[in-house]
Amino acid sequence: MTADQKRKLPERSAEDKKAFKRELTEVVPHLRAFARGLCGRPDMADDLVQEALLKAWAAQERFEPGTSMRAWTFVILRNAYLTDMRRNRFRGEYDEGVAERILTAPAGQEEPIHLSDLHRALLTLPAERREALLLVGAGGFSYEEAADICGCAVGTIKSRVGRARATIASMIEEGKVPERALEDPSAHRAILEELDEVAAGNGVTEPTR
Amino acid sequence: MTDHGKAVAGGSAPTPDEKLKGKSAKGADKPDWANGLKQFYDSVVDEPLPDELSQLLARFDEDED
Repeated sequence: MTADQKRKLPERSAEDKKAFKRELTEVVPHLRAFARGLCGRPDMADDLVQEALLKAWAAQERFEPGTSMRAWTFVILRNAYLTDMRRNRFRGEYDEGVAERILTAPAGQEEPIHLSDLHRALLTLPAERREALLLVGAGGFSYEEAADICGCAVGTIKSRVGRARATIASMIEEGKVPERALEDPSAHRAILEELDEVAAGNGVTEPTR
Repeated sequence: MTDHGKAVAGGSAPTPDEKLKGKSAKGADKPDWANGLKQFYDSVVDEPLPDELSQLLARFDEDED
Protein backbone atom coordinates (compact mmCIF):
# COMPACT_ATOMS: atom_id res chain seq x y z
CA MET A 1 0.00 0.00 0.00
CA THR A 2 1.41 3.34 -0.92
CA ALA A 3 1.63 6.13 1.59
CA ASP A 4 -1.16 8.62 1.78
CA GLN A 5 -1.20 10.92 -1.10
CA LYS A 6 -0.59 14.29 0.32
CA ARG A 7 -2.29 16.22 -2.35
CA LYS A 8 -4.73 18.76 -1.16
CA LEU A 9 -8.33 17.76 -1.12
CA PRO A 10 -10.72 20.34 -2.42
CA GLU A 11 -13.42 21.67 -0.16
CA ARG A 12 -16.71 19.92 -0.53
CA SER A 13 -19.85 21.94 -0.72
CA ALA A 14 -23.08 20.80 0.86
CA GLU A 15 -24.23 20.22 -2.67
CA ASP A 16 -21.31 17.91 -3.33
CA LYS A 17 -22.06 15.94 -0.22
CA LYS A 18 -25.65 15.49 -1.19
CA ALA A 19 -24.63 14.38 -4.62
CA PHE A 20 -22.17 11.95 -3.11
CA LYS A 21 -24.82 10.36 -0.96
CA ARG A 22 -27.22 10.13 -3.85
CA GLU A 23 -24.70 8.59 -6.18
CA LEU A 24 -23.50 6.21 -3.53
CA THR A 25 -27.05 5.05 -2.95
CA GLU A 26 -27.52 4.52 -6.65
CA VAL A 27 -24.56 2.23 -7.02
CA VAL A 28 -25.41 -0.05 -4.12
CA PRO A 29 -27.30 -2.56 -6.30
CA HIS A 30 -24.29 -2.69 -8.60
CA LEU A 31 -21.95 -3.24 -5.71
CA ARG A 32 -24.12 -6.13 -4.62
CA ALA A 33 -23.99 -7.67 -8.07
CA PHE A 34 -20.24 -7.32 -8.34
CA ALA A 35 -19.74 -8.73 -4.86
CA ARG A 36 -22.06 -11.63 -5.59
CA GLY A 37 -19.99 -12.52 -8.59
CA LEU A 38 -16.77 -12.32 -6.66
CA CYS A 39 -17.80 -14.45 -3.74
CA GLY A 40 -20.33 -17.19 -3.99
CA ARG A 41 -22.57 -16.41 -1.07
CA PRO A 42 -25.15 -13.66 -1.05
CA ASP A 43 -24.87 -12.98 2.67
CA MET A 44 -21.12 -12.65 2.48
CA ALA A 45 -21.41 -10.54 -0.62
CA ASP A 46 -23.66 -8.15 1.26
CA ASP A 47 -21.24 -8.01 4.17
CA LEU A 48 -18.64 -7.01 1.67
CA VAL A 49 -20.90 -4.32 0.26
CA GLN A 50 -21.49 -3.01 3.74
CA GLU A 51 -17.79 -2.86 4.38
CA ALA A 52 -17.19 -1.09 1.09
CA LEU A 53 -19.93 1.44 1.78
CA LEU A 54 -18.47 2.30 5.16
CA LYS A 55 -15.06 2.77 3.61
CA ALA A 56 -16.45 4.82 0.77
CA TRP A 57 -18.34 7.00 3.20
CA ALA A 58 -15.26 7.56 5.31
CA ALA A 59 -13.23 8.40 2.22
CA GLN A 60 -15.78 10.59 0.50
CA GLU A 61 -13.47 13.57 0.40
CA ARG A 62 -11.30 11.63 -1.94
CA PHE A 63 -14.03 11.08 -4.47
CA GLU A 64 -13.76 13.46 -7.34
CA PRO A 65 -17.17 14.80 -8.25
CA GLY A 66 -18.02 14.12 -11.84
CA THR A 67 -16.09 10.87 -12.02
CA SER A 68 -17.70 7.46 -11.98
CA MET A 69 -19.04 6.53 -8.58
CA ARG A 70 -19.51 2.98 -9.73
CA ALA A 71 -15.88 2.63 -10.72
CA TRP A 72 -14.67 4.34 -7.55
CA THR A 73 -16.69 2.16 -5.23
CA PHE A 74 -15.84 -0.99 -7.17
CA VAL A 75 -12.18 -0.34 -6.44
CA ILE A 76 -13.00 -0.08 -2.76
CA LEU A 77 -15.10 -3.21 -2.80
CA ARG A 78 -12.48 -5.09 -4.72
CA ASN A 79 -9.78 -4.16 -2.26
CA ALA A 80 -11.98 -5.19 0.64
CA TYR A 81 -12.62 -8.48 -1.08
CA LEU A 82 -8.95 -9.16 -1.63
CA THR A 83 -8.16 -8.37 1.97
CA ASP A 84 -10.93 -10.59 3.26
CA MET A 85 -9.94 -13.35 0.89
CA ARG A 86 -6.46 -13.32 2.31
CA ARG A 87 -7.92 -13.80 5.73
CA ASN A 88 -9.73 -16.77 4.29
CA ARG A 89 -13.10 -15.43 5.12
CA PHE A 90 -14.62 -16.96 2.04
CA ARG A 91 -12.84 -20.26 2.20
CA GLY A 92 -14.97 -23.04 0.92
CA GLU A 93 -18.09 -21.01 0.93
CA TYR A 94 -20.44 -21.46 -1.89
CA ASP A 95 -24.12 -21.68 -1.43
CA GLU A 96 -25.25 -24.05 -4.09
CA GLY A 97 -28.94 -23.94 -3.26
CA VAL A 98 -29.23 -20.22 -3.40
CA ALA A 99 -27.35 -19.93 -6.63
CA GLU A 100 -29.46 -22.63 -8.21
CA ARG A 101 -32.62 -20.84 -7.34
CA ILE A 102 -31.61 -17.44 -8.50
CA LEU A 103 -29.70 -18.36 -11.58
CA THR A 104 -32.28 -20.20 -13.53
CA ALA A 105 -31.92 -20.15 -17.26
CA PRO A 106 -34.93 -18.89 -19.18
CA ALA A 107 -37.57 -21.36 -20.19
CA GLY A 108 -37.53 -22.67 -23.71
CA GLN A 109 -33.97 -23.85 -23.86
CA GLU A 110 -33.85 -27.54 -24.33
CA GLU A 111 -30.46 -27.80 -22.77
CA PRO A 112 -30.23 -24.81 -20.57
CA ILE A 113 -26.92 -23.72 -19.37
CA HIS A 114 -27.74 -23.34 -15.78
CA LEU A 115 -26.59 -20.02 -14.63
CA SER A 116 -25.42 -21.71 -11.50
CA ASP A 117 -23.01 -23.66 -13.68
CA LEU A 118 -21.85 -20.42 -15.11
CA HIS A 119 -21.37 -18.90 -11.71
CA ARG A 120 -19.50 -21.96 -10.53
CA ALA A 121 -17.29 -21.88 -13.57
CA LEU A 122 -16.69 -18.22 -12.92
CA LEU A 123 -15.66 -18.95 -9.36
CA THR A 124 -12.99 -21.38 -10.51
CA LEU A 125 -11.22 -18.73 -12.54
CA PRO A 126 -8.18 -17.03 -11.14
CA ALA A 127 -9.25 -13.91 -9.31
CA GLU A 128 -7.88 -11.48 -11.84
CA ARG A 129 -9.66 -13.08 -14.73
CA ARG A 130 -12.85 -13.47 -12.80
CA GLU A 131 -13.04 -9.85 -11.87
CA ALA A 132 -12.08 -8.76 -15.38
CA LEU A 133 -14.86 -10.82 -16.87
CA LEU A 134 -17.33 -9.63 -14.26
CA LEU A 135 -16.52 -6.02 -14.89
CA VAL A 136 -16.63 -6.18 -18.66
CA GLY A 137 -18.94 -9.08 -19.39
CA ALA A 138 -21.47 -8.56 -16.62
CA GLY A 139 -21.07 -5.02 -15.37
CA GLY A 140 -20.77 -3.49 -18.80
CA PHE A 141 -17.61 -1.53 -18.06
CA SER A 142 -15.40 -0.66 -20.98
CA TYR A 143 -11.97 -2.23 -21.11
CA GLU A 144 -10.53 1.15 -20.21
CA GLU A 145 -12.73 1.53 -17.15
CA ALA A 146 -12.02 -2.02 -16.04
CA ALA A 147 -8.30 -1.38 -16.44
CA ASP A 148 -8.61 1.65 -14.20
CA ILE A 149 -10.50 -0.29 -11.59
CA CYS A 150 -7.97 -3.08 -11.55
CA GLY A 151 -4.98 -0.82 -11.85
CA CYS A 152 -3.54 -2.46 -14.92
CA ALA A 153 -3.11 -1.83 -18.62
CA VAL A 154 -6.01 -2.05 -21.03
CA GLY A 155 -4.24 -4.80 -22.92
CA THR A 156 -3.94 -6.81 -19.74
CA ILE A 157 -7.65 -6.55 -19.12
CA LYS A 158 -8.41 -7.57 -22.67
CA SER A 159 -6.27 -10.61 -22.37
CA ARG A 160 -7.73 -11.55 -18.98
CA VAL A 161 -11.23 -11.25 -20.32
CA GLY A 162 -10.27 -13.26 -23.39
CA ARG A 163 -8.75 -16.02 -21.32
CA ALA A 164 -11.62 -16.05 -18.90
CA ARG A 165 -14.09 -16.37 -21.76
CA ALA A 166 -12.08 -19.11 -23.40
CA THR A 167 -11.84 -21.08 -20.16
CA ILE A 168 -15.53 -20.83 -19.44
CA ALA A 169 -16.47 -21.57 -23.02
CA SER A 170 -14.45 -24.74 -23.03
CA MET A 171 -15.74 -25.79 -19.63
CA ILE A 172 -19.28 -25.36 -20.85
CA GLU A 173 -18.79 -26.91 -24.25
CA GLU A 174 -17.03 -29.91 -22.86
CA GLY A 175 -19.39 -30.19 -19.95
CA LYS A 176 -16.54 -29.83 -17.53
CA VAL A 177 -17.95 -27.33 -15.15
CA PRO A 178 -16.73 -28.50 -11.76
CA GLU A 179 -19.41 -29.95 -9.58
CA ARG A 180 -18.71 -27.93 -6.51
CA ALA A 181 -15.60 -26.09 -7.31
CA LEU A 182 -14.82 -24.58 -3.98
CA GLU A 183 -15.15 -27.80 -2.11
CA ASP A 184 -12.32 -29.16 -4.11
CA PRO A 185 -9.41 -28.28 -1.84
CA SER A 186 -6.84 -28.08 -4.58
CA ALA A 187 -8.94 -25.81 -6.74
CA HIS A 188 -9.57 -23.58 -3.83
CA ARG A 189 -5.98 -23.49 -2.78
CA ALA A 190 -5.05 -22.41 -6.27
CA ILE A 191 -7.51 -19.57 -6.07
CA LEU A 192 -6.16 -18.46 -2.74
CA GLU A 193 -2.63 -18.52 -4.04
CA GLU A 194 -3.64 -16.37 -6.95
CA LEU A 195 -5.26 -13.98 -4.60
CA ASP A 196 -2.23 -13.80 -2.40
CA GLU A 197 -0.31 -12.73 -5.38
CA VAL A 198 -2.85 -10.15 -6.35
CA ALA A 199 -3.24 -8.94 -2.82
CA ALA A 200 0.49 -8.77 -2.32
CA GLY A 201 0.42 -5.53 -4.18
CA ASN A 202 0.17 -6.18 -7.82
CA GLY A 203 -3.57 -6.17 -7.93
CA VAL A 204 -4.58 -3.76 -5.23
CA THR A 205 -5.26 -0.34 -6.49
CA GLU A 206 -5.84 2.98 -4.88
CA PRO A 207 -9.42 4.16 -4.91
CA THR A 208 -8.27 7.53 -6.07
CA ARG A 209 -5.40 8.28 -8.24
CA MET B 1 -21.81 -6.45 -38.40
CA THR B 2 -23.68 -9.56 -39.29
CA ASP B 3 -27.29 -9.76 -40.24
CA HIS B 4 -27.87 -12.24 -37.51
CA GLY B 5 -31.02 -11.37 -35.67
CA LYS B 6 -31.57 -8.27 -37.72
CA ALA B 7 -32.85 -9.11 -41.13
CA VAL B 8 -34.63 -12.34 -40.51
CA ALA B 9 -37.21 -12.92 -43.21
CA GLY B 10 -40.82 -13.77 -42.57
CA GLY B 11 -41.19 -11.69 -39.48
CA SER B 12 -39.81 -14.33 -37.17
CA ALA B 13 -37.54 -12.20 -35.12
CA PRO B 14 -35.47 -14.26 -32.77
CA THR B 15 -36.81 -14.54 -29.28
CA PRO B 16 -34.50 -13.71 -26.44
CA ASP B 17 -34.19 -17.42 -25.85
CA GLU B 18 -33.00 -18.04 -29.35
CA LYS B 19 -30.58 -15.25 -29.03
CA LEU B 20 -29.29 -16.65 -25.81
CA LYS B 21 -28.95 -20.05 -27.27
CA GLY B 22 -27.59 -18.48 -30.41
CA LYS B 23 -24.19 -19.39 -31.54
CA SER B 24 -21.85 -20.96 -29.20
CA ALA B 25 -18.44 -19.83 -28.28
CA LYS B 26 -16.56 -19.82 -31.47
CA GLY B 27 -16.84 -17.13 -34.04
CA ALA B 28 -19.67 -15.28 -32.44
CA ASP B 29 -19.10 -11.93 -30.89
CA LYS B 30 -20.87 -13.16 -27.79
CA PRO B 31 -21.20 -16.76 -26.80
CA ASP B 32 -24.58 -17.77 -25.46
CA TRP B 33 -23.44 -17.98 -21.87
CA ALA B 34 -22.08 -14.45 -22.01
CA ASN B 35 -25.63 -13.27 -21.84
CA GLY B 36 -26.00 -15.28 -18.69
CA LEU B 37 -23.33 -13.24 -16.98
CA LYS B 38 -25.24 -10.10 -17.73
CA GLN B 39 -28.45 -11.74 -16.56
CA PHE B 40 -26.79 -12.80 -13.38
CA TYR B 41 -25.54 -9.29 -12.75
CA ASP B 42 -28.83 -7.64 -13.64
CA SER B 43 -30.83 -10.04 -11.53
CA VAL B 44 -28.87 -8.98 -8.48
CA VAL B 45 -29.14 -5.30 -9.42
CA ASP B 46 -32.91 -5.70 -9.57
CA GLU B 47 -33.22 -7.25 -6.13
CA PRO B 48 -34.59 -5.05 -3.38
CA LEU B 49 -31.94 -3.86 -0.97
CA PRO B 50 -31.63 -5.89 2.17
CA ASP B 51 -32.52 -4.05 5.36
CA GLU B 52 -28.98 -3.85 6.65
CA LEU B 53 -27.91 -1.88 3.64
CA SER B 54 -30.92 0.44 3.64
CA GLN B 55 -30.33 1.08 7.31
CA LEU B 56 -26.71 1.81 6.72
CA LEU B 57 -27.57 4.34 4.05
CA ALA B 58 -30.10 5.93 6.38
CA ARG B 59 -27.45 6.25 9.04
CA PHE B 60 -25.25 8.09 6.59
CA ASP B 61 -27.99 10.69 6.28
CA GLU B 62 -28.09 11.25 10.00
CA ASP B 63 -24.37 11.48 9.96
CA GLU B 64 -24.56 14.32 7.54
CA ASP B 65 -26.62 16.68 9.62
